[in-house]
Amino acid sequence: MSEFFILMKSELVITFIIFLLLFIKIGKGMKNELLLQWIQILLLANCFVGFIDNRDGVLFDGMFHTSGLIAFEKNILSLGTYLISLLCVDWLKKTPHLPEFFILMLSALLGMFLMISSGSLLIFFLSLELSTIPVAALANFDLDKKISSEAAMKMILSSAFSSGVLLFGISLVYGATGTIGFASLPSHLDGGTLQILAFTFLFTAFAFKLSVVPFHLWTADVYEGAPIAVTSFLSVISKGSIAFIFISTLYKPFQALHPAWNNMLVIVAICTMIIGNLFAIRQQNIKRFLAFSSIAQVGFILVGMTANNISGNSSVVYFVLVYTFSNLAAFGVAAVISENAGKENIDDYKGLYQTNPFLSWIMAIALFSLAGIPPTAGFFGKLFLLTAGASAGNYWFIIIAALNMIISLYYYLRVIRAMFMDKNDEPIVRVKNNPMVSFALIICAVGILLVGLLSWIYEYIQSLA
Amino acid sequence: MPNAIYIALIPLLPLAGFLLLGLFGRRIFKNNSGVIGTLLMMCATIISLYVAYGYFFEYGKVNGVYQKLIPFKYAWLVFSKDLSIDMGITLDPISVMMLVVVTFISLMVHVFSLAYMKGEERFSTFYAFLSLFTFSMLGLVISSNIFQIYIFWELVGVSSFLLIGYYYDRPSAVAASKKAFIVTRFADLGFLIGILVLSFYSGTLDFNELISRLTAPGSDQLKAAVTSSFMGISAITWGTFLIFIGGAGKSAMFPLHVWLPDAMEGPTPVSALIHAATMVVAGVYLVARLFPVFAMAAPDSLQIVAYVGAVSALLAAVIACTQTDIKRVLAYSTMSQIGYMMFALGVAKYGGENGLGYTASMFHLFTHAMFKALLFLCAGAVIHFVHSNEMADMGGLRKKLPVTHIAFLIACLSIAGIPPFSGFFSKEEILLAAWQQNRTIYWIGLITSGMTAFYMFRLYFSIFWNRDFNDHHSAHNHHGEGGGLITIPLIILAIGSIVSGFIPFGNFVSSDGSRLATGFHASFSIMPVSIGVIGILIAGWLYKKQSDKPDKISSSLNGLYKTAYHKFYIDEIYLFITKKILFNLVGRPAAWFDRNVVDGLVNFTGNTTQVISEKIKGIQSGKVQQYAIYFLIGAIGLAALIIYW
Repeated sequence: MSEFFILMKSELVITFIIFLLLFIKIGKGMKNELLLQWIQILLLANCFVGFIDNRDGVLFDGMFHTSGLIAFEKNILSLGTYLISLLCVDWLKKTPHLPEFFILMLSALLGMFLMISSGSLLIFFLSLELSTIPVAALANFDLDKKISSEAAMKMILSSAFSSGVLLFGISLVYGATGTIGFASLPSHLDGGTLQILAFTFLFTAFAFKLSVVPFHLWTADVYEGAPIAVTSFLSVISKGSIAFIFISTLYKPFQALHPAWNNMLVIVAICTMIIGNLFAIRQQNIKRFLAFSSIAQVGFILVGMTANNISGNSSVVYFVLVYTFSNLAAFGVAAVISENAGKENIDDYKGLYQTNPFLSWIMAIALFSLAGIPPTAGFFGKLFLLTAGASAGNYWFIIIAALNMIISLYYYLRVIRAMFMDKNDEPIVRVKNNPMVSFALIICAVGILLVGLLSWIYEYIQSLA
Repeated sequence: MPNAIYIALIPLLPLAGFLLLGLFGRRIFKNNSGVIGTLLMMCATIISLYVAYGYFFEYGKVNGVYQKLIPFKYAWLVFSKDLSIDMGITLDPISVMMLVVVTFISLMVHVFSLAYMKGEERFSTFYAFLSLFTFSMLGLVISSNIFQIYIFWELVGVSSFLLIGYYYDRPSAVAASKKAFIVTRFADLGFLIGILVLSFYSGTLDFNELISRLTAPGSDQLKAAVTSSFMGISAITWGTFLIFIGGAGKSAMFPLHVWLPDAMEGPTPVSALIHAATMVVAGVYLVARLFPVFAMAAPDSLQIVAYVGAVSALLAAVIACTQTDIKRVLAYSTMSQIGYMMFALGVAKYGGENGLGYTASMFHLFTHAMFKALLFLCAGAVIHFVHSNEMADMGGLRKKLPVTHIAFLIACLSIAGIPPFSGFFSKEEILLAAWQQNRTIYWIGLITSGMTAFYMFRLYFSIFWNRDFNDHHSAHNHHGEGGGLITIPLIILAIGSIVSGFIPFGNFVSSDGSRLATGFHASFSIMPVSIGVIGILIAGWLYKKQSDKPDKISSSLNGLYKTAYHKFYIDEIYLFITKKILFNLVGRPAAWFDRNVVDGLVNFTGNTTQVISEKIKGIQSGKVQQYAIYFLIGAIGLAALIIYW
C-alpha cells in the first residue's frame, strides 16, 4: 500500500491541490493576491516532492508505470508550471476566476503525468483527453475577448477531430493485435499493412499535439488568441509532455515498426522545420512568432528522435528542459510587455533596450538559446539532438536540419536587432518590474546559461535513460 | 612544467574586465572604464610575455624539439571513455606566439582607444566588448580540444558582431554586423560538420589524440577515414575541407570574404584589432593547428587551401587598387596578406626543409599583425584628423601629422617587402617556399607582391603628399595629432614592424617542432624586391606630384611644353592602362563578380525564403474545417506514403 503512495506521489499531490482549490472556491473565497501566493507555494512544494524517493515500479497490472526518467520528466513539467504561475502574475491577479484557472491547469498537468506514466493505450487515450479539454477551456480565459473564445473553439474542434482519428487508430491496433498493453504489444507487432495504417493514425495524434506539419494549423490561431499564460503552458508544458510519451511509445511498444516510423519522422521533421521557419519569418505578432518558431523547434526534437537509441532519448529530454527555460523566458517577457504596455507587435519592441534593459537582456538570452548560439544551453540542446540524429547515419537529413538552424538565426536576430539596434521615437515605456516576475525570469536566464555549462546534467539524464 | 594558474590568468583577466565593465561600467566607472580595461590588458600582456620567454627558452624544448605542453585540462563533458569535451590549455610554439600577438596588439588598441574613443556615449560598453573579444580570442588560441576551439570560435564571432555594430545608430553598421555574423556562421556550419566527421572517424575530440590517430600510418582510424567515401571523395578529405571552410569564413578567403570590407563600419581601433591582426588570422591558425592532418592525411585539402589562398591574395590586390576609402583599401590588403599565409601553409609539407611554408606562414602572421595594426591605427589617426574616410579629402598631411606619417611609411615599406623592414623577411620566406614547391603559386605571389607595393604607396602618397592639405574641414578643430595616447602605440608598433623581421623564426616555429634553418638568400630576393620597388616608383610617380604641377607651371613657365607634354603623354598611357584596361577589364569585372555573383548568392538565399513564405501563407486561413481537411490529407498521405513506398 505504501508503495502505491510513493509511486503515484506526483499525481496525488496534484490531485490534493486541485481538491484544496475546489474547497476554497466553494467556501468564502480568498483575495486573488493572497490565493495566488498560496498557489505558488503549493506548486513550489510540488516541485520538491518530485525529487523525493523516486523508484521504478508498476501499478494496476501494468496500466501505470514509473521510473527515474519519468520522474525527472514530471519534474521538468512541474517546474515549468511553477514558473508560469510566477511569470504571469500581473495577468493572473486580474483574473476573476483564479481558482478555476488553476483547477483547470492542474487537471491538465495531472493528465500529462498520467499520460507519461501510462502503460496501455487506454490509459494513454484517457489521460490525453484529460490533458487537452481543460486547456481548451483555459484558452477562453480572456473572457471579454472574442479572439480568445475563437481560440478555444478552434482548439476543442481540432482536438475532437484528432481524438477521433486516434481512437480509430487504437481500435485498429486492437483489431490487428488483440492487445493494447504496452508490455504485450511488441510480441504481436510484425509490420503488417493494417498495423502500419493503425500506427499512422496514432502517429497523427502525437503529431497534432506537437504541432507537427501538416497537423499544426490550429497552433497559430490558438496561440494568438489564448492568454499568454495559456499559450506558454501549451507551447512548453503540453508539448514537452507529448514529446516524452511520444519517444517512449516509439522506442518501446512500437519498436517493431521502426522502419515505418523512422521514415515518417524524417518526412514530417523536414516539413516541420522548413514550414515552421518560413512562417516564423513573416510573423509580426510576437506570440504568433514564438508559436511558429516553437513549431520549428519541435522539428529538431523529431530529428533527435530518429536516433532510436539511448542518446536519442536523453537528448530529447535534455532539449525539452532547455526549451522550457528558453521559451518560458521569451513568453515571460512578452507577457510583461503585453500586460503593462498592451503591445504585442515585433515593431513595438524597437528601442526596448533604451527603456527596459533588463527585459531586453532576458529576451536576448532566451532568443540566442532558441537560435542555438553558444554558450547558451540551446546550443548544446541542438547539438545533442543533431549528433543523436547523426548516429542513425542519415547525413542529408542532418544537413537539412543544420541549414534550418541558420535560417532560424535570421529571424531570431531580427527581434534582437529590433530591441537593441533599431531606433524608435516612441519606445515602450519603462515597465515596473514585479519582483515575482523578475525572480522567475532570472531563474530562466540562469537555467539557460547553466544547464549548458554544467555537464553533469546531461550525464545525469543519460544515466537515467 | 609551467604553472597553469597564471597561464589561465591570461584569458581570465580580460574576462574579468568584460564582467566588471559590462555590469558596472556605465554606472560606476564611467570614463575610468578605459583605464581599468587597459590595466587589466597590460597585466595579461606581461604574463603572456613571461610565458613566452619561459616556453621558448626554459621548459619548452626537449632534445631540441619544442613539445606540446598541456598544463591544464578539465574533462568538461564526458560522452564516453574516449569521447569528451575538455577545457584545457595548450602550449606549443604557435599558441604561445599567438598569445603574445593577441595580448600585445590588444594592449596597443586599448591604449589608442583611450584617446580615439574619448567622449563616446557608450565608452565603457566599448571597452567591455573589447575585453570580451580579447578573452574569446585568447581562449581560442590555447584550446586543447577541437570542440573547445569551436565554442570560442563562435564567441569570437559574437563579440565581433557586437563591435562592428557598435555604432548601432548607423544603418550601414547594423547591416555590416549582420552580414559578417551570417556569412561567418554559414562557414561555421562547415566547421561544425567537419568536426563531427573528423571526431567520428578518430573517435576523439582532443587535438593531440586526433592528430596522432589520423596521422599514424596504418592506424585503424586513418584507414577507416581514407577508405570510406562520400561522393567519391574520402571522408578525411571532406572533414579537413569542411574545417577549412570554417577557417576561410573567419579569414575572409574568397569567396567568403564579402563581409570583411563592410566590417570596416566598426570603430577603427576595432578594425585594427579584429579585422587586421587577430580574428581574421584565426582561420590560418586553425589550419596550422591541424596541419599534420592536412599535410599527411589529406593533401588534396591542402591543395585547395593553397589555391584558395593564392586566388584570394591576387583578387584582393586587384580590388584594392581601385578603392578610394582608405579603410577599404586596408581591408582588401588584409585579405590579400592572409591569402599569402594560407597559400604558404598550402605549399608546405610536414617536417624538415619542406615545412618552410609553415614557418613562413606563421612568421608572416606575426609580422603582419604588427604592421597591419599599425596601418589601421595610423588610418584611425588620419580619420580622426580629417573626419573622413575618403582619399579625396586628404593629401599633404605629412606636416600636420608627422609621427603618423613616419609610422605609416614604415608600415608601408614593411608590407611592400622592402628590406630591412619585417614584411620583407616573412614575405621572402613565403615566396621561397612557393618557389620550391609550386611555381604557379610563386608567380601569383610575386605579381601580388608588386601590386601590394603599388596600392599601399598610392594610399601613402594620396594621404601624405599629393597636394597641400585643405584646412576647411577642421578649421574649427585644430587638435593636431592627439597627444601621447595616439602616438605612443604608433611608435611602439613602428619599432615592432622594424625589429620583428630579425627574429630567427625558424628556431622557434616549425611544422615538427625541431629547429629549421632559415637564411637570407640575397640572389633570390632580387626579383621580389625590385618588383616591389617598381610598384612604389609607379605609385610615387603618379600620385606624389599631381598637385605639384601648378607650382611647377608657375615657376618654370619656359620648360612647360616639354615637361608637360611628356607628363601628359605618360598620364594618358597610365589613364588608358588603369582606367580602360585595368579598371574595365580586370578591376570592374572583379568587383562585378564580387558584387553580383558572390553577394548575389547570399542575397538569393534570403530572398527565396521570403518569396516562398509569401506564397504558402494562404494555407493558414483561420478556418477550422480546412484545418481538419489538411489534417486528414496529411494522415492519409503519410499512411499511403509509408505503406506503398
